[in-house]
Amino acid sequence: MVARREFIRTGAAIGGGLLVGLYTPLSGRSGSAHEAAEKDVAVNAFVRIGTDESVTVIAAHSEMGQGVYTSLPMLLNEELQADWSRIRVEAAPVDKAYNHPVFGMQMTGGSTTSPAEWERYRKMGATARVMLVQAAATKWGVEASTCKVEKGYVVHAATNKRASYGSLANAAAQLTPPANVPLKNPKDFTLVGKPTRRLDTPSKVNGKAQFGLDVTVPGMLTAVVARPPVFGGKVAKLDASAALKVPGVKAVQQVPSGVAVIAERFWPAKLGRERLVIEWDLGPNAGLSTEKMLRDFAETALKPGAIAKKTGDPEAALKTAAKTLTAEYDVPYLAHAMMEPLNCVVDLRADSCEIWTGTQFETVDRASAAQVAGLPPEKVQIHTTLLGGGFGRRANPNSDFVVEAVHVAKAAKTPVKVVWTREDDLRGGWYRPMWHDRFVAGLDGNGDPIAWTHTIVGQSIMQGTLFESFGIKDGIDSASVEGAADLLYGMPNLQVDLHTPKIGVPVQWWRSVGHSHTGFSVEAFFDEVAHAGGKDSYELRRKLLANQPRMRAVLELAAQKANWGSKLPSGVGRGIATHFSFDSYVAQVVEASVEKGAVKVHRVVCAVDCGLVINPDTVKAQMEGGIIFGLTAALKTEITLKDGRVEQGNFHDYQMLRIFESPEIEVHIVPSGENPTGVGEPGVPPVAPALANAIFAATGKRVRRLPIRASDLA
Amino acid sequence: MTSFHVNGKPVQVEVDPSTPLLWVLRESLGMTGTKFGCGMALCGACTVHLDGKAIRSCVAPVSRAEGKRVTTIEGLSESLTHPLQRAWIELDVPQCGYCQSGQIMSAAVLLAENPKPTDKDIDEAMSGNICRCGTYPRIRKAIHKAAEMAAEGKAK
Repeated sequence: MVARREFIRTGAAIGGGLLVGLYTPLSGRSGSAHEAAEKDVAVNAFVRIGTDESVTVIAAHSEMGQGVYTSLPMLLNEELQADWSRIRVEAAPVDKAYNHPVFGMQMTGGSTTSPAEWERYRKMGATARVMLVQAAATKWGVEASTCKVEKGYVVHAATNKRASYGSLANAAAQLTPPANVPLKNPKDFTLVGKPTRRLDTPSKVNGKAQFGLDVTVPGMLTAVVARPPVFGGKVAKLDASAALKVPGVKAVQQVPSGVAVIAERFWPAKLGRERLVIEWDLGPNAGLSTEKMLRDFAETALKPGAIAKKTGDPEAALKTAAKTLTAEYDVPYLAHAMMEPLNCVVDLRADSCEIWTGTQFETVDRASAAQVAGLPPEKVQIHTTLLGGGFGRRANPNSDFVVEAVHVAKAAKTPVKVVWTREDDLRGGWYRPMWHDRFVAGLDGNGDPIAWTHTIVGQSIMQGTLFESFGIKDGIDSASVEGAADLLYGMPNLQVDLHTPKIGVPVQWWRSVGHSHTGFSVEAFFDEVAHAGGKDSYELRRKLLANQPRMRAVLELAAQKANWGSKLPSGVGRGIATHFSFDSYVAQVVEASVEKGAVKVHRVVCAVDCGLVINPDTVKAQMEGGIIFGLTAALKTEITLKDGRVEQGNFHDYQMLRIFESPEIEVHIVPSGENPTGVGEPGVPPVAPALANAIFAATGKRVRRLPIRASDLA
Repeated sequence: MTSFHVNGKPVQVEVDPSTPLLWVLRESLGMTGTKFGCGMALCGACTVHLDGKAIRSCVAPVSRAEGKRVTTIEGLSESLTHPLQRAWIELDVPQCGYCQSGQIMSAAVLLAENPKPTDKDIDEAMSGNICRCGTYPRIRKAIHKAAEMAAEGKAK
């Protein structure tokens, strides 16, 4: 959607060609089309059509693997109808014009790129097309309505005239942009909805793709930072003499986050850091211990929390229930562990600051960097590179990795690249919070659930950030209870309450955010409820989804494709789960077995309804990736603390699922005419519970904590 | 001074001989296709070929390359004609793409040694390469596809 106070603006590109973009009037001025036409305001382009026939789509969102450098051009070109093989993509600079149409800041996250850009990119393409057609019509002296476009050409069939977009671009740039360009009816789409190869793949198979870590700027030095071993610690005493003797080390500087070793290259910087002698003031978090937190959380869950949702009278219903059931679930802190560790290049000058990094959070990063640099935000520019994975970590509310790099550049007085090692990255905090979920359910005499209470204990992600006023209402962080308070199953008496302990471990959104714990606990407990009532868990889900046709259809499709109820080889169990997140409906069926405590996942069948699909192959890829991401959390990873220190450091003790552990995955997409919904995250939540339920089917053992441990299956 | 060949070209670098080959490639030679992921030979993002064998360049001191031939992703084929590159493109394997140089370099050694690998062969040869985006099912398919393409290429 195009916001009310924004205007489509067009103009000539430097060196010729047509630009179509957005002009956002400064606040406090009255918006008018006249103002939008002011010549002194630069056009913030979404598409640039060159006289050389190049078509460059400017991406307002970051490419972190989720495929937006292909889906955004697909949306735009559905209307523009240029030759697809001419399309190139460029990352947008930081500018208000590229603000997320819903969130009002430039960012990538919340599985929102497709839903948010669904209209805007098509509108940009349509505007450009209408202008190119008008340019041709004027040139030929014919009515625009009698012209057609095909693959980068405007064609006038009656007079057999034909002109390429490139040849019309300069003339089109002189025209006034049309108001209210009509968009195609989705049934007439020729590109959107068709499996389309990603535009970024070639550069990702020949080494040419540029990630943040690959950036070099003239005169650049490389820094690594020694950060405190405990969150919130400070340097008490520093002896840098040995570090400074390492050949190639140029300087050692204290910065707010620790001690930066600045060197000609990475290796001397790292060697230098190993030779630092630092005495740390560990601060208040030196006593943090996961073991104690687990006990505290479980105790807290016995007390009533802040009410996030209440329907009916669960307390009364539990008293009359024929049977009650209680269960507790635990999930740990998790690191994002993107394959590309965090990094940031900063070139800070007296009156400007240029930053190169893979970020999901341009507006926030720019504001934070400007503050440290002592410059107005407009003097700070961010070049968004490709992201070697994001999963939320590169959308840091404090811009931690950017702010630190600006501090280092300030101290270094030279352009600098700050590189995080894997250990820095895993121990650097900003984890998915650890959660404890306690349930009590009541069943009637027929085994149907009549009451469901869910108490959640875990840190708030939004508390203390600039998102607090938006995300926290009446003491409830919506991200803590999502997937629980909005339970789709019909439950006559429901209560969800929340405890939000304050702990000195920085936490952050992690692919699927709150759904990453509620998906597991709700769907695993649902299985327990079904079993306690003597019901087939698929049939009970179907029954309680009677008023949720989209989820019910997804559930039925997954069950059908997985042959729910059919016989499996001995020792193999089948589990099912659904989860609604980011406005998308997903159901998954897992087949798994356990041998000598080792879980083997044989097959995952996934059905998804994410509304109208832009690129079906991307939807499939995101479901596959989400499932493997979710299985890694289910089977492998946890961040634990002892004496305030993170116990994991690299991929030997924070293990990722590997190819030999990766199951066969089938993805089925429900055809839909609804507006597009999220795709990057919704594949994650259902897989852990579907696996836990499969393990129960195979072994009779309930999995109530992640990652799954051999000792819990013995 | 350490002398070796990278992608067929002779190079000489003057760095501390204990510097990992990865950082020499990336920083001294400006070839950034080979990636840093863990620094402990645990993730495979830095995989290159040393005299035709897959090695983890993040733990290989550059001195190990002395007098030898190093092949990196940039040397596999610039024009995207290698069967693995073609298969990777056809099946749209990469997501973020960061690990894929290493994946492809590991797969290239597998196919050189075993032109028709089974799923099990693939799992064994590729288990040192992590992909956080979860492209494993496609990697498996793409290696089979590349094996087919290579066989067809030879048959012609």
